[in-house]
Amino acid sequence: MTVQELPGAAAYRPTPPPAWKPLTDPAPLLPDPEPYRVLGTDAAADADPALLLRLYTELVRGRRYNAQATALTKQGRLAVYPSSTGQEACEIAAALVLEDRDWLFPSYRDTLAAVARGLDPVEALSLLRGDRHTGYDPREHRVAPLCTPLANQLPHAVGLAHAARLKGDDVVALAMVGDGGTSEGDFHEALNFAAVWQAPVVFLVQNNGFAISVPLAKQTAAPSLAHKAVGYGMPGRLVDGNDAVAMHQVLGEAVARARSGGGPTLVEAVTYRMDAHTNADDATRYRVAEEVEAWRAHDPIRLLEGELTGRGLLGDDGIEEVREAADRMAAGLRERMNTDPVLDPMDLFAHVYAEQTTQLREQAAQLRAELDAERPEQENGR
Amino acid sequence: MSSATVVEAGRPGRTKPATMAQALGRALRDSMAEDPAVHVLGEDVGTLGGVFRITDGLAKEFGEDRCTDTPLAEAGILGAAVGMAMYGLRPVVEMQFDAFAYPAFEQLVSHVAKMRNRTRGAMPLPITVRVPYGGGIGGVEHHSDSSEAYYMATPGLHVVTPATVDDAYGLLRASIASDDPVVFLEPKRLYWSKAAWSPDSPSVVEPIGRAVVRRSGRSATLITYGPSLPVCMEAAEAAGAEGWDLEVVDLRSLTPFDDETVAASVRRTGRAVVVHESSGFGGPGGEIAARITERCFHHLEAPVLRVAGFDIPYPPPMLERHHLPGVDRVLDAVARLQWEAGS
Ligand SMILES: Cc1ncc(C[n+]2csc(CCOP(=O)(O)OP(=O)(O)O)c2C)c(N)n1
Repeated sequence: MTVQELPGAAAYRPTPPPAWKPLTDPAPLLPDPEPYRVLGTDAAADADPALLLRLYTELVRGRRYNAQATALTKQGRLAVYPSSTGQEACEIAAALVLEDRDWLFPSYRDTLAAVARGLDPVEALSLLRGDRHTGYDPREHRVAPLCTPLANQLPHAVGLAHAARLKGDDVVALAMVGDGGTSEGDFHEALNFAAVWQAPVVFLVQNNGFAISVPLAKQTAAPSLAHKAVGYGMPGRLVDGNDAVAMHQVLGEAVARARSGGGPTLVEAVTYRMDAHTNADDATRYRVAEEVEAWRAHDPIRLLEGELTGRGLLGDDGIEEVREAADRMAAGLRERMNTDPVLDPMDLFAHVYAEQTTQLREQAAQLRAELDAERPEQENGR
Repeated sequence: MSSATVVEAGRPGRTKPATMAQALGRALRDSMAEDPAVHVLGEDVGTLGGVFRITDGLAKEFGEDRCTDTPLAEAGILGAAVGMAMYGLRPVVEMQFDAFAYPAFEQLVSHVAKMRNRTRGAMPLPITVRVPYGGGIGGVEHHSDSSEAYYMATPGLHVVTPATVDDAYGLLRASIASDDPVVFLEPKRLYWSKAAWSPDSPSVVEPIGRAVVRRSGRSATLITYGPSLPVCMEAAEAAGAEGWDLEVVDLRSLTPFDDETVAASVRRTGRAVVVHESSGFGGPGGEIAARITERCFHHLEAPVLRVAGFDIPYPPPMLERHHLPGVDRVLDAVARLQWEAGS
């Protein structure tokens, strides 16, 4: 029997597929074609002077912190430091838009955001100094441990925000990641979960141009990283990451939206990494000086300073005062970092499990014996 | 941290000192020059030449299609390598650091290790996965893992780790030439150790799976590999003063395991200590000790001992020297080989 001979076959007419419509309307999710700016536009006049001054103080402080931490690597006081110089506006805005009850999920580069959120400047450096994996209690400050494996913190932020909502708390999680980190599977899984669960999360991508040596064009073929939001069903916002006011505004809106049950947002901050990847990296191998200079002209501190002085909100004295305060913070940091942390090698066995295992008890005894055996020698040597 | 003593190969023509990093780079270069199917891919391997500069110059010499900066995604990199190998290429993948290879673990375990078996031999995957591993370089969390036990527990993978400049070259060449997937573990703290080695007189490319006796002795065997080899060599020297004449076996390959060389050595000496820096519990040492016991039970004068890293997450750099097995811990174990039944 051929197909034509099937009963009713002659009567068949191809029909269109059942009606299709998109699950979510993509239009409102699409990012602006240009990074959103406030400074340098008419909108700047509406910005609250107190907020401008607050942002300015924190930016200057942040830059000073980066410079001091980098200097500490040269003195061997820090094992490594990934500077965020040039990206301070993103770091500071991320910290300032959060309420106390909210949570920050930083990447390994976001020491500054953690400090601006209120962490002790020395404790924030523990990981990078090498004395502790995390020098602070994440619950106390609602700052997750600085995360070294890229993008792993993003699903954590989604889970935490989801849990808070299940418990009826209006807590928001803000999770930070670099442009390179957006290629990891965890980034995509986190965005998808967040959108499906309508979790109160804000994803902040700091697009600083490079993942170590790899430029953005080798990382993604998307129109922008903010565009990635649309595919998951959340709005994407593109912001000038060097404009502290724009950053504060856009992140603030995203946080408010999340808090009121509006779901997640992906914010891409377009910025630039002024220093090398870390103190151990040689950036001349992969980028040209002209590019760095072009970005130097669009420096986040200068941008804001221009607005403040232009509006007569800040004079030379004020600038001097802010700088001096930052210097005092740096001097304090330097001084406290110049003392060796007192470490107990027996700490190796602490906190591996809630209750010590038999094996670890044995190994601890072995180390204790080794340390005791070492001690007389050291004392004789003195 | 002990200085890296590297045993010289003792072949003619090895006069210029070279580092292990240089030898690895040279092995990649020579493999790529010989076989157009060899492709290198990973994070920062192109323009930068890798964070350890192992792939330095390859993109320039062979083009970006053969030495490719990939997007930052380990599962994607290894998954893509699977497809490349399915189409006849021989991908060499660089994982930037030990603990950042974990996203690729599923590809490794579910596909790289299984494809030959699953396709009844129709589709072998000649992929080399290079992983810098181990501690001792003062790296922060996630930069010092020893992951060899996970790889060893996965049938279908070869697990190889050089400890000398010569072997770095020879074993990497062999791994790339292998028709089976190889996890090539690079002891990163030995990257800058030098030995008399000349890239102009090519090393012997050893078949994968052969251990080598680095030092012969009569009273006990130290069995080790990778970053712990220099520690064991130093311990063997020091033990001489106490009347111990130690033999040191460098495994070089963890899978396949060279039972012959190890058993022959332990039968000669009657005593064995396995030394590695990855955790002891569930670590490679347990497997090795069991094999020795099975094969050499009647020759053993004492139980096979293990000297390993503690069973803890790799500690922050300021404490790592207390964690890593050093010369003293090896010597303590050697002293315990004066074993008497019932003691
Ligand atoms: C899973 C994982 N793979 C690789 C690395 C090594 N690594 C550390 S930082 C970095 C580049 C990160 O670039 P990006 O996400 O753009 O952040 P940025 O450094 O620019 O802040 C890489 C590849 C890592 N930390 N984690």
